[in-house]
Amino acid sequence: MAQIRVESLRKSFDQFAAVQGSNFTIDDGAFFAMLGPSGCGKTTTLRMIAGLELPTEGKILLDNEDVTFQRASARDIAFVFQLFALYPHMNVAENIGFPLKCQGMARRDIYQRVQETAKLLRIEHLLSNKTSKLSGGDRQRVALGRAMVRRPKAFLMDEPLGALDAEFRHLMCSELRDLHDRIGATTVYVTHDQLEAMSMADRIAVMNEGRVEQIGLPQEIYDRPASMFVADFIGSPPMNFLRFEAGLRSGDRTISFHDTSIAVPEIREDRASAGMALGVRPEHIRFADAAPVRGEVFGAEYLGTTQIVTVDTAHGRIAARLPSSAPVRIGERVGLEFRSERLALFDVASGLAIRTANEGSANHG
Amino acid sequence: MTAALAKSTAHSIVEASPRAKTVAGSLVILYAVITILPLVWIVATAFKSQSDAIAYPPKVIFEPTLEGYVNLFTVRTRQTPDFIAKLPPPQTWYDKLVRQRDMVIAGPSKVVPRFVNSLIIGFGSTFLAVFLGTLAAYAFSRFRIPLADDLLFFILSTRMMPPVAVAIPIYLMYRQLNLTDTRLGMILLYTAVNVSLAVWLLKGFIDEIPREYEEAALVDGYTRLQALRKVVLPQAVTGIAATAIFCLIFSWNEYAFAVLLTSGEAQTMPPFIPFIIGEGGQDWPAVAAATTLFVVPIVLFTVLLRKHLLRGITFGAVRK
Repeated sequence: MAQIRVESLRKSFDQFAAVQGSNFTIDDGAFFAMLGPSGCGKTTTLRMIAGLELPTEGKILLDNEDVTFQRASARDIAFVFQLFALYPHMNVAENIGFPLKCQGMARRDIYQRVQETAKLLRIEHLLSNKTSKLSGGDRQRVALGRAMVRRPKAFLMDEPLGALDAEFRHLMCSELRDLHDRIGATTVYVTHDQLEAMSMADRIAVMNEGRVEQIGLPQEIYDRPASMFVADFIGSPPMNFLRFEAGLRSGDRTISFHDTSIAVPEIREDRASAGMALGVRPEHIRFADAAPVRGEVFGAEYLGTTQIVTVDTAHGRIAARLPSSAPVRIGERVGLEFRSERLALFDVASGLAIRTANEGSANHG
Repeated sequence: MTAALAKSTAHSIVEASPRAKTVAGSLVILYAVITILPLVWIVATAFKSQSDAIAYPPKVIFEPTLEGYVNLFTVRTRQTPDFIAKLPPPQTWYDKLVRQRDMVIAGPSKVVPRFVNSLIIGFGSTFLAVFLGTLAAYAFSRFRIPLADDLLFFILSTRMMPPVAVAIPIYLMYRQLNLTDTRLGMILLYTAVNVSLAVWLLKGFIDEIPREYEEAALVDGYTRLQALRKVVLPQAVTGIAATAIFCLIFSWNEYAFAVLLTSGEAQTMPPFIPFIIGEGGQDWPAVAAATTLFVVPIVLFTVLLRKHLLRGITFGAVRK
């Protein structure tokens, strides 16, 4: 088990900067997710930690030992690939035992370790099967088994559930988390699926265009996004942004939003008048006739217990999550009331969040 | 309504109709007959007597004899019947056969050393071409190589003219280097011609193997070369087999350079066979016997690898 530290890590491919100066520390035994859209550099970062890519600049430390330029095989980490990469010319037991064979372990010891691992994953009955005959979930389990059998310092997983169908993904999510809790190994998990990251990870790093935008607990990232990108990327539907122009003063509890004023969490910094955005999560919106922000109902998506109602306002189209029992008529004029203590403020030019009482300890990437 | 529906859906769009199958089957059979007939004719000619071999109209039914094979493997001299009568009785069946024609065996012919030359040069150059081709193809497939596309085009361009076009310069080069009429020289030459084909074919096959396999092996403790040998190669077997067959067929059958560059020590079968001379010209049964034996190794090699061959040739044709 190990702590992983990444220091000002950069990677360029020709002209393209895939990773631009990442810094973070993954605690020993943590389940750490790297989340972001495709091309954000999360997989490249993971591959550099694994030793499959060499960084252009920066350092990678495993348990305080500098492994930046060490061979992958010398780092004692395990990698789980999206396509599992099970060797087609070997059966399940040979696949799981392969890393031990690479290390030159005696055949009897390999057999024993493979049995133990298979038991842990509940795949003992599959050991003599061909890998091509396995279901997606079982392939995933075999791939995990191959990673676990060596008892490595850390597990690196590159979208390991990406190739599974939705139903199975859910099951594997809880299985993976359960497995992590039982063996307690440091795990770095790359995904573009926010639900996977949210449901499994202890901490999440949200990445965009080669930069880490925010690192924090899943709740922190959701409730106190550090940037408009994070606010927009996390949550479905994403956070609504209402643009306005105003200056902010530390200690204020209201903002002047166009002609009216809206209550917000206490502001903690001074800002000159500039383009700002008020961030509102859909579930923090209620219909209220007296509310100053008004609009016309454009449509409603029924989702079972809730519904997503979109409202055209003067400040753009806003999505609200309402109980499905709430009566909604398309074309109706409604007022939108926001839960003031959960609102976020952003500086549009930099995209960064403005510190408020709500923001607490969330840090900027 | 249901009947009409049943009729309209009775035939499958993807499965061939019985008539189409019959037509396709007949075409295949016809093609097979056309291609196999010359082979059958050669095999049969090898068992004919000299006169039957050149009889007109050609004889389909004849009395088989091993004379062709005996003539192929021996050098004989003509003697008078008196001389033959004075000899001790023939020791072997082929002695007897030869004496019936008023001849005695003077010694073995050169067919065996020529055949060995063909085997060494053919398989040697195939092995080298596939070995070098695999390494090069792997590098082109996996690493970021500067000017990779230009290099690949350059490699391919060596096949854009018929190799014989450079026969004279190669002959002069070989004479300078004392490589004419040596097995090494022929192996190098055929390897050079085949390696470009091997690189291109194998690159296609290796491209199809996901990188994750080797990366998994690298993380699990193998070096790059170990990963290549233990993980990539077993999956590329199909492609390697197909490539090896193509290379072997070329170097085995190659005639022009063999005529030009080999005459004695390193002569291969192709230039040897046409010049098997009997009394009064070409000894056709012996030529046919040599040809039959010449075809055997290729057939054996192909049959041994056929499991891989069909998949190898179609593999990579369809992108998943």
